[in-house]
Amino acid sequence: MSQPALLRLAKVSKRYGSVQANHEIDLEVHSGSIHAVLGENGAGKSTLMKLIYGVEQPDAGKIHWNGQEVHFARPSDAQSLGIGMVFQHFSLFETLSVVQNVSLMVPGKPAELAQKITDLGDQFGLSVDPHAMVHRLSVGERQRVEIIRCLLLNPKLLILDEPTSVLPPQSVRRLFETLRKLQADGMAILFISHKLDEIRELCETASVLRGGEVTGRVDPREHDARSLAQLMIGREMPNVAHAAPRPPGEERLRLNALSHPRASRFGTTLEDIDLKLRSGEIVGIAGISGNGQQELAALISGETRAQEPGMIEIMGKKVGQLGPMARRKLGFAFVPEERLGRGAVPEMSLADNSLLTAHSRSMLSRGFIRRSVERAFTRECIDAFDVRTPGPDAEAGAMSGGNLQKFILGREIMLSPDLMLVSQPTWGVDIGAATAIRRRLLDMRDQGCAILVISEEMDELFEMCSKLHVLHKGQLSAALDAADTTPQEIGRYMIGAVT
Amino acid sequence: MSGLEFLLAGTLAAALPLLLAALGEMVVEKTGLLNLGLEGMMAIGAAIAFICVYHTGSHLLGFVAAALISTLVALLFAVLVIGVKANEVAAGLAIGVLGLGLSALFGKSYESLTIKGLPKIDIPGLSDIPLLGQTVFTQDIVVWLSIVGTVALWWVLNRTKLGLIIAAVGENADAARSIGYPVVLIRLSAVSFGGAMCGLAGAYASTVYTPLWADGMIAGRGWIALALVVFGTWQTGRVAFGALLFGILSLGELTAQAMGVGLPSQVLSSLPYLVTILMLVVISRRRSDLI
Repeated sequence: MSQPALLRLAKVSKRYGSVQANHEIDLEVHSGSIHAVLGENGAGKSTLMKLIYGVEQPDAGKIHWNGQEVHFARPSDAQSLGIGMVFQHFSLFETLSVVQNVSLMVPGKPAELAQKITDLGDQFGLSVDPHAMVHRLSVGERQRVEIIRCLLLNPKLLILDEPTSVLPPQSVRRLFETLRKLQADGMAILFISHKLDEIRELCETASVLRGGEVTGRVDPREHDARSLAQLMIGREMPNVAHAAPRPPGEERLRLNALSHPRASRFGTTLEDIDLKLRSGEIVGIAGISGNGQQELAALISGETRAQEPGMIEIMGKKVGQLGPMARRKLGFAFVPEERLGRGAVPEMSLADNSLLTAHSRSMLSRGFIRRSVERAFTRECIDAFDVRTPGPDAEAGAMSGGNLQKFILGREIMLSPDLMLVSQPTWGVDIGAATAIRRRLLDMRDQGCAILVISEEMDELFEMCSKLHVLHKGQLSAALDAADTTPQEIGRYMIGAVT
Repeated sequence: MSGLEFLLAGTLAAALPLLLAALGEMVVEKTGLLNLGLEGMMAIGAAIAFICVYHTGSHLLGFVAAALISTLVALLFAVLVIGVKANEVAAGLAIGVLGLGLSALFGKSYESLTIKGLPKIDIPGLSDIPLLGQTVFTQDIVVWLSIVGTVALWWVLNRTKLGLIIAAVGENADAARSIGYPVVLIRLSAVSFGGAMCGLAGAYASTVYTPLWADGMIAGRGWIALALVVFGTWQTGRVAFGALLFGILSLGELTAQAMGVGLPSQVLSSLPYLVTILMLVVISRRRSDLI
């Protein structure tokens, strides 16, 4: 390409304390192209984007815009040159309307802005009601609002941080069509993701990040997902083939027309949920988070009591109004989606976190804690589940998401439960750890445990589960045989196109 | 003057310190902070204003000085909370205590001294209305300005971009920062505004409403104002309504005498405080139903 790159980074570095988040990163993005930044969690993608968008300033290295060296002291500097960013966790204000949200960033009268929002929506397939309150919008619609808000500033470069992580498959299709139209309009797009198939489908060039450094610049279309993954994690992908499940045994969990009114305005009412789970099988609940997942997990774990005892049966006992401890005594274990706060107490050491659910493993004697047993248990968990930590005294809150998840899962597995509920097992966990976690769950299944997995990750559910349900607006679909269904069909359930 | 006339004439003035302090705190809370030091900021403002008016005779100077000193105290709170990330509750209580202490210190040698209040201003036309004219529509200049200011504040918060920005910062500071708003500056300004309003509230109490210095003269009005913000669900109109309601209550004994209620005066003087507690209980119950 003869003209200078729209954006060029030369040996950009950033360090936080002892962590080198970015090391001498080189990157070029041209107008009219979609460039992928690929990397695992913790590889330095987010830091890099913050540097480009002016949220943080690099320690060393240069940023060039249209061939000129630039310094961004704050996001508005980057915005004024024409850089727009769509955040992974949306930066919308829920109590305001779409137009009000847009007007916080884009100058203009509300009526004019509303018209522009509608026009842009028609042009790029981003339709959304300008006067709707944001808290009433679906996740896909919110993302459209974010993109529209960026586009109204006429950016030359649009950065999207993990834009598909929250979308059902149909919305991903739609987003990609929008991005291709923008590309055809001459816009440069920087697309950050760890999902290999998406990058191969959408992008012409990709920079692969690992441990804060660029480990490769490739044309993703010429590589298969496996070799891209290898670049990303720096070693061979572990084998993901698993033994077929044996026929399931006796029933361990049963939900009988479980209904529960929502606890808050922003919650979800659960309606008439039926589910059966037997030993030696993994059943998955797919669906976009916020459709009742948290409510359902709280009801099964006992954090919320059901309205009638018979609505929930564990090991054949009516447990609907028993507390979490009583349910655990029956052989139930639970890995919640919030690791900090529900799965573990951030300020406490790993050893004390073990005590929270494993106290029945002779950790108590006449009301006193037996520290040696507590430590031994924790040590065993750390070794057996490859938790990377200085030791049992490390604070839970100081660990990375993947490591903490391995610890929490390990702690629950070491209780040898007969029934497990695992919610979002690999959220924010890197590929290596995620693969290990899935293998552990399958091992548990083969040993006869009954496992219910709630997850947003379709691939994960198809890899592990023999039966799938979809949770949409508080209603659970009938069980679908994983071998007979497709991600597309599940996707239709996820957006409520079929019930 | 009959009891009813007394009520009509006195309510606005009695409500004014509560109104100003509560509106200031409302703006602070809208940006996502909580400053519990209202009582102290009002007290130091009251002391400084009284001293200023006593020596210069200028009420304007008194109000300006009070606003400045209370802003300074509020900025100390901002430095603690925004600057060094101290606990909000502890920092608010600390500057509250500091304000009370300073007010007692500065006011020591002025105990029981008096100054002249402000003249009442008639509104031409309205003042000729029977009963209301010489009561409700005869107020000092500060009351009239505060009514205009309250409407202006409503307009800014609900009809302008600045109001939108304040709401945005309060709802999600991280998001506001990421789209490029100077969150720290906005919060700093809000805290300063809250401080200045408390200063004005204190100044009105000590130089106009009761133009006499006595230690502890704010008498819990800062806490009532704090409760009023919650009572008013962070809406200008409702906060103003709440302030009026408490204005009537704080006329306590006199009100009751006017109505012919024969309760001991101690019970009557504690009425505003009892109602504050009651109100907070009712509101928190209602709020937990909503959530």
